[in-house]
Amino acid sequence: MDHHTSSNNRYTSLGAGDSKERILALVKQNQPDFTDLPAIVNFKQEYDDVAEKFITVLRGIGSLVYVVEGYDQIAGIIKENFADARRIVSTCDELASIAEINKMYEDPHLLEDVDLFITSSNLAVAENGAAWITDKQLSERVLPFIAQEIALVINKKNIVETMHDAYDKIADEEYGFAVFIAGPSKTADIEQSLVLGAHGPKMMTVFVVE
Amino acid sequence: MHNESKDHAGLAEDFNKDERRVEWHDETLWWVRQKRDKAANGIAEWEQLREAASQIKNNVLSNLAAYLLQFEEKAIANGVIVHWAADANEHNQIVHSILKKHGLNKIIKSKSMLTEECHLNEYFKHQGVEVIDTDLGERIVQLAGEAPSHIVLPCIHKKKEEIGELFHEHLGTPKGNADPQFLTNAARLHLRDKFLTRKVALTGVNFAIAETGEFVVCTNEGNADMGAHLADVHIACMGIEKIIPQRKHLGYFLRLLARSATGQPITTYSSHFKQPRKGQELHIVLVDNGRSRQLGRADFRNSLKCIRCGACMNTCPVYRRSGGHSYHTAIAGPIGSILAPNLDMTKYADLPFASTLCGSCTNVCPVKIDIHEQLYKWRQVLVKEGHAPAVKKMGMQGMTFTLSNPSIYHIAGKAGRWMMKNIPFVVSNKMNPWFKQREMPEPPANSFTEWYKKNRKPTP
Repeated sequence: MDHHTSSNNRYTSLGAGDSKERILALVKQNQPDFTDLPAIVNFKQEYDDVAEKFITVLRGIGSLVYVVEGYDQIAGIIKENFADARRIVSTCDELASIAEINKMYEDPHLLEDVDLFITSSNLAVAENGAAWITDKQLSERVLPFIAQEIALVINKKNIVETMHDAYDKIADEEYGFAVFIAGPSKTADIEQSLVLGAHGPKMMTVFVVE
Repeated sequence: MHNESKDHAGLAEDFNKDERRVEWHDETLWWVRQKRDKAANGIAEWEQLREAASQIKNNVLSNLAAYLLQFEEKAIANGVIVHWAADANEHNQIVHSILKKHGLNKIIKSKSMLTEECHLNEYFKHQGVEVIDTDLGERIVQLAGEAPSHIVLPCIHKKKEEIGELFHEHLGTPKGNADPQFLTNAARLHLRDKFLTRKVALTGVNFAIAETGEFVVCTNEGNADMGAHLADVHIACMGIEKIIPQRKHLGYFLRLLARSATGQPITTYSSHFKQPRKGQELHIVLVDNGRSRQLGRADFRNSLKCIRCGACMNTCPVYRRSGGHSYHTAIAGPIGSILAPNLDMTKYADLPFASTLCGSCTNVCPVKIDIHEQLYKWRQVLVKEGHAPAVKKMGMQGMTFTLSNPSIYHIAGKAGRWMMKNIPFVVSNKMNPWFKQREMPEPPANSFTEWYKKNRKPTP
């Protein structure tokens, strides 16, 4: 079946269960002399206005951004922009008047008809527009991917400059699943033409709370 | 899939028959390279980032056995089932055994160059298992019965009209519609049905963190997440070199990866998988398939630092004008040409010669792999071990003979000059590979030795 392994296979005489020991022995035998791990350096960025940089980058990657004062304003914008949405799911208690809040779902497949998913993020990155979401903010992991559109609420004070700063904050965080999301899902696989909305949300709205 | 009997030069010749497509391919990839430059130049500390990433990877290679054990231990503690595969065959059998255990014969797959390297799709075809690739570019080449031609842009060799035709045939889109937006949406609907109905999802791995036992998958489309979070079973397949020591190191690698690949500041999704979700089974398959052997080759082990951004392909003048399929291996381009001979020296002896050694690949590599130097070193190893292509071998033997015999050298020079002047068709024909797409030079009137004898000043 595989052409590569026939001529160079060192494992042919071994049973499957031995592979771990065999691989580790070969790696140990063949790895070069130990070299030190370099100290971690945080290449600090000084943006004049971190929130402004974040917003500019987000718009550049196809997101819609609103700077708002609070949840009342957010609810108003959503009611206006998503008047046709049949199912809105959120993890933000403040949006109970317009969305299905923090329900536990028996089966992630039941979320296939979600039009809009709204959640908050406690960490966002100015240099690339990414927002950090862990499964503590998600009743189902598939929510930010399966929804037709996604909206994020981000407090201005939670925006950091770079990925170095972000990982400084989350280096020891506990989670089962977590994700940086930067903009709507997209593809340029057909002749490098950018299309928003590949398999995940077609659009991302970000509310930056002052 | 590929024409097994042709080497890189022969396959490149096929690709070059359509000159307009070659122009387009060349320009499109150069455009991606320019986007990469813009993104890299936007970061003052870019070179320091590359150096740091390179040093982290050096440390990984020097301590890989310990990191692998640490990763496995943490992953198991996280509730993950860990498998070890010595080679491609064992990898395929492990994935198959997981399916069999659940009594299933359908699987969806997000991008994984490792499964391409292991020919998993072909294996499953023979085993009666249905595989559906969910990355748009990969789905397109799968429908066309082809392999990806680029690790980041799998169908960069295809024109939208051909994709429209494929979708018309397989997905029932209207004939003649080649609009990227329309075709992408058709694929979205087609694949959403697969995400919702398949119970096993396979993903690749971009980075695996020894300290935590978690792994990170980067996509723009969201297909890895759609598959993994809906399926009952998630299988993540990774080469053993994908390890990085600490979560904090992602700060470097995620800054480098997408900027080097497409010029984006980061991919849309950087998903960190640590524990299976409630009720789900999560497997990790650690695959060697020749990597431990490459680790033992001092001149070539650096190739294992690769993070699969594809920047070396986008910048390569040979790749851009010969197309990914001309490399007849899962990973094309400069990096593929230093990885493939490790797998099979006979089959891939032509690849290290498919380069101008201009060094552009080395300059753009985000983890500072000395790619062009390794290409040059592979040539020497391959020739020494008797794997040089026959024509090259004959040519070199002829040159050795001529250059070591002064009188024959003179006669050969004279004969060559006379022929180029009087009967140019002897060299200016299709039999001479140097004549392809090149004009032969004007022959000089006499040799340097003759000129020197005539012109040297008498010594005082």
